[in-house]
Formats: sequence, structure tokens, C-alpha cells
Amino acid sequence: MKTGTTTTRVLGIFALMITAWVVVSAFFLTPADVVQGDSVRIMYAHVPTAWIAYLAFVTTAVASGLSLARKHRTLGFDRVAGASAEVGVLFMAMTLITGSLWGRLTWGTFWQWDPRLTTTLFLFVTYVGYLAIRRVDVDPVRRARRSSVIALLAVLEIPLVHFSVVLWRSLHQEASVLNTDGDVRLDDLMLFTLFSGVVAFTLIFVWLVVHRQRLAAMSDVERLVGLDAAITARRAESTVGGGGR
Amino acid sequence: MNAILAIARKDLRIEWRTRTLLARVVPFALLVLVLFAVALDSEPLLLRAAAGLVWLAMLFAAMLLVQRSFDVETADHALDSLLSFVSSPSKVFFGKALSMFVQLFALAVVLLGAAVVLYGARVDGDGVVLLVTVLITATIGLSVVGTLYGVVVANMSGRDSLLPLLALPVLAPLLIGAARATEAALGSDTIDLANGWAWVALLVTYAVVFGSAGAVAFAPLAQSDS
Repeated sequence: MKTGTTTTRVLGIFALMITAWVVVSAFFLTPADVVQGDSVRIMYAHVPTAWIAYLAFVTTAVASGLSLARKHRTLGFDRVAGASAEVGVLFMAMTLITGSLWGRLTWGTFWQWDPRLTTTLFLFVTYVGYLAIRRVDVDPVRRARRSSVIALLAVLEIPLVHFSVVLWRSLHQEASVLNTDGDVRLDDLMLFTLFSGVVAFTLIFVWLVVHRQRLAAMSDVERLVGLDAAITARRAESTVGGGGR
Repeated sequence: MNAILAIARKDLRIEWRTRTLLARVVPFALLVLVLFAVALDSEPLLLRAAAGLVWLAMLFAAMLLVQRSFDVETADHALDSLLSFVSSPSKVFFGKALSMFVQLFALAVVLLGAAVVLYGARVDGDGVVLLVTVLITATIGLSVVGTLYGVVVANMSGRDSLLPLLALPVLAPLLIGAARATEAALGSDTIDLANGWAWVALLVTYAVVFGSAGAVAFAPLAQSDS
């Protein structure tokens, strides 16, 4: 069995081609920033990964909501939710890593307790927990119900985290050594490269989620078929064993 | 309402007879406060961090209490029978949250007392009202979130490690709010009473949001099989 189809193959080829263009443009064609120098090139990876991470978690939330609300195809939506969360956690890890590297170069420090960063970190930990829960339940129906509820609770949690962190930072007027204003003036080519990066990463995201959820469907089927096969095998054994005695 | 009170009373009676809170959770939380003092090894730093450390110890202790509260329910499928006795599953949720609140509130009072004794924290006139309000609102939030995630991991293998992983990130806003408001109530250079009340507003919002979410989400989570 395969998880690929003609559509996903075309999608994959497009994603590869655009990624190749982004790499070439980001490293060689776009100019270095006046202030930040070459370190600005991290942006072409950092911004798209952050976008994908948030897109992935929105997808998870929507798919989980559909999985809970609908009577049919609940398992399908749940598999999309799980696949999307897995890809999201991966991309969020890349966002945090590229972000802290960029921060080291431009702010002089790997980490800052700024609202956006702190919220992203809590979001990351929340979805690591969500994935941990998904691994526990073996029964797909129970897993779907439980993990959908958790994904929707995370949607409640994130605005509260963000709001509390914003309030927390605004009440603590500690002298910031660093200028957090990381805005970069973008010319047309830089903007286009950044945009291509977002498109490329979105295609990669779709490609990964499609494959991952098909794989999940196969493993659910395999578990059912495997169970039936095991029962048949045991039955056969017992009849043979019974006859022997 | 009677069902809620009956469930809370049942949980508190179990607690009173087994004395888990008294014999294990309170000593554990106090030990955490002592260990913080040893680890930080600086009295001005301890005084500055007292509010945050108390609430951190509360969060850890709450994880133990929540596990205990659902260990009782998962043994012999007690939760299933409990659900069949009430008209709505949300009553079980509020009942368990209520008993959790009573226990956690008692614990919070003990821990604040310990912060006064061990860390030299001071409670003076103006701060008392704020302090009591913070204790009540934050403990309500902690109880509802604890109960909600307690039922999520109930019946799961490896729930001891899953509960903190799931619940602690969700409790982050509560920790920030409760710690800052308590700091304001205890008197601090960095935050005044008015800002402390702003945090209480966040704590109330938090308790309302997760209280309602818990009432809705408890039913699908508590069903053992469908």
C-alpha cells in the first residue's frame, strides 16, 4: 500500500521547486539588511515555519471540532487533527530554534520573555501534551473523542495565556537591554522570496498532513485486521490443540 | 445542587478518613517550600519570590490531589455508577471541583502561613482583602482545571506523568495571575494593590471560562465507552 497519489506527487514536486527557488533567492539574490546584515536571511525560514505552526494548530482545532460535532467520519477528522498537530509541533520547534538563533544575532540573546515568544512556547508544550495523549488510547473512537476535547480546550487556553503574558510584561517595566523591534525594511524581491517561502512551506505542510493521516488510517485498519487475524489464528490453534488432547 | 453537595461531601469524607491531604500532600508542599529556600539560598530573593513559590508549590500539590481524587473514581468503575446516579454529568464535575476547592483552599492557607514563617512574608492591613480574594478565585480556577484534566487522564496508563504535562501549561495564566496578585497583596516594590486587582479580574475570567468548559466537556470525557 502507498500513501501517495498523482495529486500528492504533483504537489510534492511543486513544493520542491518552490523551495529550491526560495533557497537560491534567500541565500544569493536578496540583499543583506542594512542593520542586521546576512542574519536577516533567517527570516525566510523563520516566518514561514511560524505561519505553518499556527496554521497547523488552527487546522487541528477545526478538525477536532468537526470530529466532535459530526456523526459521520469522526475518525477521519480526528486523524487529520492528529496529523496536523504532529506537523505543527515539528514546525513550531523549528520556529523556536530559528527564532532563538536569529534573536542571538540581532538582540544578543537566545530568548526574551516577550508575549509572542512566551505564548508560542506554551502553545508548543500544550501540543506536545496533546500528542502524548494521542499515543495512549489504542481504541480509535475513544482517542478521537478525548483528543478532540483536549484540542478544543487548548483553543480556550491560548488567548488566556497570551493575554496574561501581555499583562505580565506590561506591568514589569524592567529596562530592556535589547531593542525588540526586529522589523526589517523589505524590498520587492525580499517580500516575494518571503511570500514564496510561505507558499512552499504551506505545500509541504499539506503534503505531510495528507500522507500522515493516510498512514494513520492504514495503521488503524491494520490494527483491526491484525486483531481479526490473531483471533482466527488462536481459534485455529485451540481446535488443533483440543483435537490433540 | 444536592447532588453536587453530596458528591463533594463524599469526596471530603473519603479524604477525612484516609487523610491523604494531611499525611502526604501538605508535608510534600511544605517540603517544596523548604527546598526552594535551600536552592535559592538568599533571603531577599526568597522574600521577593515568595508569592510565586507558594503558587508553584500549590500547582504541584494540586497534581497529587487531582490524581488521588480520580484514583478513587476509577477503581471498580466507580465513575460509571456515579454518572448513572446524577441527572447531568456536569454535577459530578462541580461536585468533585468543590471538594477539590475545599482541600486546596486549606492547603493555600497553610502554605501562605509557611511563607510568613519561613520566607518572612508580611500581610498587612490593606492587602488582606486582596489576598483572600486571590486565594478564593485562584483556588477555584485551580480546582476546575485540575478536575477537568483529572478526568481526561482517568483510566489511562501512565497518568501520573501525563497529568502535569497536560495541566501545567493550561495553568500557566493562573500561575502568573495568582503569583502577581499575591505579590501585590503581600506588599512589593514592583507591583501595587491596584495592579493586584487587575490580576484578580484575569483570575475570575479564567475560573469562569474553564468552569463552563469543564461542565460541557466532562460528559464526553467521562464516558468510559460508547
